[in-house]
Amino acid sequence: MIIEMNNIEKHFGDHEVLKDISFGVDSGEVVSIIGPSGSGKSTLLRCATFLETIDGGEILYMGKRAAHTNEHGEAVYVSPQELRKFRAYCGLVFQQFNLFPHYNILKNLTDAPIHVQHRSKEEAEETAMDLLRKMGIADRATAYPYQLSGGQQQRVAIARALAMKPEILFFDEPTSALDPELTGEVLKVIRQLAEEKTTMVVVTHEMPFAKAVSNRVLFMDGGVIVEQGDPHDVFDNPQEERTKQFLRVFER
Amino acid sequence: MTFSTMLSTMATGMLRTFGVFALTLIGSLPLGMIVALLRKSRFAVVRGFIRAYISIIRGTPLMLQLLVWYFGPFYLFGMSIGNWRFPALILGFVLNYAAYFAEIYRGGIESIPVGQYEAAEVLGYTKTQTFMRIILPQVIKRIMPSITNEVITLVKDTSLAFTLAYQEVFSLAKQISASQTSFTPFFIAGVFYFVANYVVEFIMFRIEKALDYYK
Repeated sequence: MIIEMNNIEKHFGDHEVLKDISFGVDSGEVVSIIGPSGSGKSTLLRCATFLETIDGGEILYMGKRAAHTNEHGEAVYVSPQELRKFRAYCGLVFQQFNLFPHYNILKNLTDAPIHVQHRSKEEAEETAMDLLRKMGIADRATAYPYQLSGGQQQRVAIARALAMKPEILFFDEPTSALDPELTGEVLKVIRQLAEEKTTMVVVTHEMPFAKAVSNRVLFMDGGVIVEQGDPHDVFDNPQEERTKQFLRVFER
Repeated sequence: MTFSTMLSTMATGMLRTFGVFALTLIGSLPLGMIVALLRKSRFAVVRGFIRAYISIIRGTPLMLQLLVWYFGPFYLFGMSIGNWRFPALILGFVLNYAAYFAEIYRGGIESIPVGQYEAAEVLGYTKTQTFMRIILPQVIKRIMPSITNEVITLVKDTSLAFTLAYQEVFSLAKQISASQTSFTPFFIAGVFYFVANYVVEFIMFRIEKALDYYK
């Protein structure tokens, strides 16, 4: 298991966003998370990447515990220094890309490897250029984010996350901020990563894509995993009424 | 008194004006950042203190503040203020401008989208790295127009040093004008301030241009 989340609880004030959620991802697995907005998908991703703290449960990366519930029922995390090591296991691609506008594309990819991971400039730049070539944007290495289309920016964001050499890559609705004609180029890149057995968790509304690339689909609603399994089973033969309802909307 | 004598007499005042201007910037630009960061401190006492400081500084005339800094030690503690004129002047200016700069910085910092912090956090940057490498460069670009405004105001505000009888260009202009019954010294002072601000505008424009490589 790359990541294991057990009995995760999360609430914002009185609102319970995640109710006793457990899920894990094996190496090389591609998991899609689908569900209506407000179902807790993004929150689950943000807890997994330590942008949000859990209120209960347990998070393990590579079998090592990053957070757990103590005997008083409080969620406790490892020390901030330790947590930084756990962060290195995971990468996150945001809906809004969140590239650094003052850095050119190459520096967006190399700054963290050099200054966070203390890798050499030469190695970081080599890795970055390899990734940009893979993403088909090597010719824009010296451009600034504002000069790129949304689709190109998102591909840079994916490359930036991969430049850190994470064990697992999370995507938070990676195509939701893109014009329809630009989603294809981003999905193509993710599909390519899936073929190379990159471990990924993708929160998405692109149902045909989720069906085509993932090994497993999770349907979330109301802070719980309603149904999960092989994409063909979940999409073509959903067992739960809520799943059927949700998927019907997309068939139109 | 000939025009050239007036000019050479006032030249020392111009140097002093520049001294007040430069020292104020050197002190208040960094101090303003410290104030801006303390204003977001997790300790309520610190936040409250900073808020009160900014409120008082912005709510009272700079001229009055200068008088308080200069005469305060004497009236409050009976201290001798013989060599205190220049330090009091700079203290007054620095603390005043730091408050304004702090608010400009705060506005700049708060205008940076939260996604920038989150991206940096996920990439493993420390808090200090995030601020220095990701946030601050973007803040500086955004606040340049407001900073230019303040710097131009400062050039003119240096004339308030006359309240402490500090012999900068405006004090001298007043004195020479009174003794020579001539308006020329004020004209010279006016040209001096205008030219100084023209230079400020030019420099700031160049900096803004240099930061124009991204949006």
